[in-house]
Amino acid sequence: MDLQTMTYLVVGASFSLYIGIAIWARAGSTSEFYAAGGSVHPVVNGMATAADWMSAASFISMAGLISNMGYGGGLFLMGWTGGYVLLACLLAPYLRKFGKFTVPQFIGDRFYSKSASTVAVICLLTASITYIIGQMTGVGVAFSRFLGVSSSTGIYIGMGIVFAYAVFGGMKGITYTQFAQYIVLILAYTVPAIFISLQLTGNPIPQLGLGSNMVGTDLTLLQKLDQVVVDLGFGQYTTTTAGSTLNMFVYTMSLMIGTAGLPHVIMRFFTVPKVEDARYSAGWALVFIAILYTTAPAVAAMAKMNLIRTVTPGVVMQNTDPYAADSQIKFDERPDWMKRWEKTGLLKFEDKNGDGRIQYYNDKSKNDAFKAKAEGAGWKGNELTVNADIIVLANPEIALLPNWVIALVAAGGLAAALSTAAGLLMAISAAVSHDLVKGIFKPDISESGELMAGKISMAVAIVIAGYLGLNPPGFAAGTVALAFGIAGSSLFPAIMMGIFSKKMNKEGAIAGMLAGLTVTLIYVFAHKGIFFIKGTDFVGAIGGPNSFFGITPEAFGAIGAVVNFIVAFVVDKMTKEPPEHIQALVESVRIPRGSKAVDGAH
Amino acid sequence: MDDTGKAYWSAVLGLLTKVLVIWFAVSFGAGILFADALNSIKLGGYPLGFWFAHQGSIYIFIGLIFYYAKAMNKLDRKFDVHE
Repeated sequence: MDLQTMTYLVVGASFSLYIGIAIWARAGSTSEFYAAGGSVHPVVNGMATAADWMSAASFISMAGLISNMGYGGGLFLMGWTGGYVLLACLLAPYLRKFGKFTVPQFIGDRFYSKSASTVAVICLLTASITYIIGQMTGVGVAFSRFLGVSSSTGIYIGMGIVFAYAVFGGMKGITYTQFAQYIVLILAYTVPAIFISLQLTGNPIPQLGLGSNMVGTDLTLLQKLDQVVVDLGFGQYTTTTAGSTLNMFVYTMSLMIGTAGLPHVIMRFFTVPKVEDARYSAGWALVFIAILYTTAPAVAAMAKMNLIRTVTPGVVMQNTDPYAADSQIKFDERPDWMKRWEKTGLLKFEDKNGDGRIQYYNDKSKNDAFKAKAEGAGWKGNELTVNADIIVLANPEIALLPNWVIALVAAGGLAAALSTAAGLLMAISAAVSHDLVKGIFKPDISESGELMAGKISMAVAIVIAGYLGLNPPGFAAGTVALAFGIAGSSLFPAIMMGIFSKKMNKEGAIAGMLAGLTVTLIYVFAHKGIFFIKGTDFVGAIGGPNSFFGITPEAFGAIGAVVNFIVAFVVDKMTKEPPEHIQALVESVRIPRGSKAVDGAH
Repeated sequence: MDDTGKAYWSAVLGLLTKVLVIWFAVSFGAGILFADALNSIKLGGYPLGFWFAHQGSIYIFIGLIFYYAKAMNKLDRKFDVHE
């Protein structure tokens, strides 16, 4: 069977599985939508949470970025898992005890102020929409390859499907559908990794394969990779940091506090039956997330190796001189997978020196010895551009794995992107219809009116995200990192202070959230354009790119959070204490006894 | 807050400090700040600092959450504030 038919078949089968489960589970479990996990085993619930959490950024984009960044890419791995420790210890059990559905509700009640809850809604919307832009970028990549169209067309198709998927409703909320999505997504990620690990190291477990010797050599895979990439002018794989050590530090911190501050993740822990369960369920979720996250570095390193092996076969398997005239393959003899990806516009070849062969190397290298060698070999610049977001999807094709594996990866990528995009749209629609329209502007709105407001806000969010996804502010994982920075700088400190500081008052919390959000947005928009619109960036006005101690905009959330805390405490000292009953409320939140079932009403 | 409540809360904060110190040490410490120094030690085919950043910290995070959940349950019962 040819690849295209196989892909349609596997993707079609996975979609019918989700829809089938949704219909089957619907009858007995409308209430399960709200009390997810009430009757569900904690392990199943953990898998569902993992599917909800792992998005196009984790599945499609992350390993590709690590592949390019090497050691520095570890910031994604540590950042997006370490946040769960914060979530489990600092937030989840207390928010569960508090017993409300949404983050703005918590902030509104704890800080006894509708303005506080409105500010929280604004923070939530900014973070969630940025997050969806990243998802749409990923969806565009997946659909463009899957249907053989350009990545822009892929985004248009993706917008339609995500909308139908989210509005179909309940689909996402039903834990068992997400359980199925997790199975598809984790198989799609690990199966090709096992194959490739076997091919390269003879060890079937990718986590161990990454630390093993290359087949037929006495060098470890990482040593060989270090050697090969350095030969091509890239930084050494196992030691190159992301920018500087300081940048890597704050970037990791941003992702961690962002994980703990993102509303759609926190929401999952509001609805477990007991406070005790809130602590354990974060642990189970992390177990299932870790299966993908510990495989990702192996996928990344092995994909880099295989890509270089494709272009310069002798250099990896024998010890051919990489600069010899015939060590690179001829463009006319390139493998089929390159031709397939060329159609999407995400892989490009340009024969700069006119020799008909593909030279793939780092032409921005600052190493003089390397530059001399490249020049001596007659190279006129890097000729192969591979978009980082295609690495995971193309990985099984690069390794020449069977068609069913390639098809499975396509199905997994779509599952990851769709489940998270739908989850975020739900969070957005809940924030707009419940917290904003019903809670503030029009408390007497009817139930159907509330539902309509929710659907309209979903549609608007998709159109905005899709439009901005056409010219994304970065790779899928980079854009998603911006969203984490925004959540981490605005919501995380407010929730923390709400639990751990009895005396924090509404003035402090509101001023803190606004300050954190504003500072972060100014730094991000200066680099990426106002509301991510191309051409509106004003990086000159803040003193050039990464002007704040070399910190990149993706990493700035941690700085924003520090500003948030400082402003909040200063304002808090200058204004009056919160009322007695609020201080009593904080004390009661700290103790598990007396937790009630969640009620969503105000 | 009564005395039990105060004692419970300070026990909780003590546990949190312990967990967060380890959390920080494995990721920001071993994975970032001291990665270069640790890279001279090898764990199988992995340089140790690289291993902490790409593998080790994740395993330790999982262990930490389960340890914390267990320890909290014990505290809840000891101070009789459990559900």
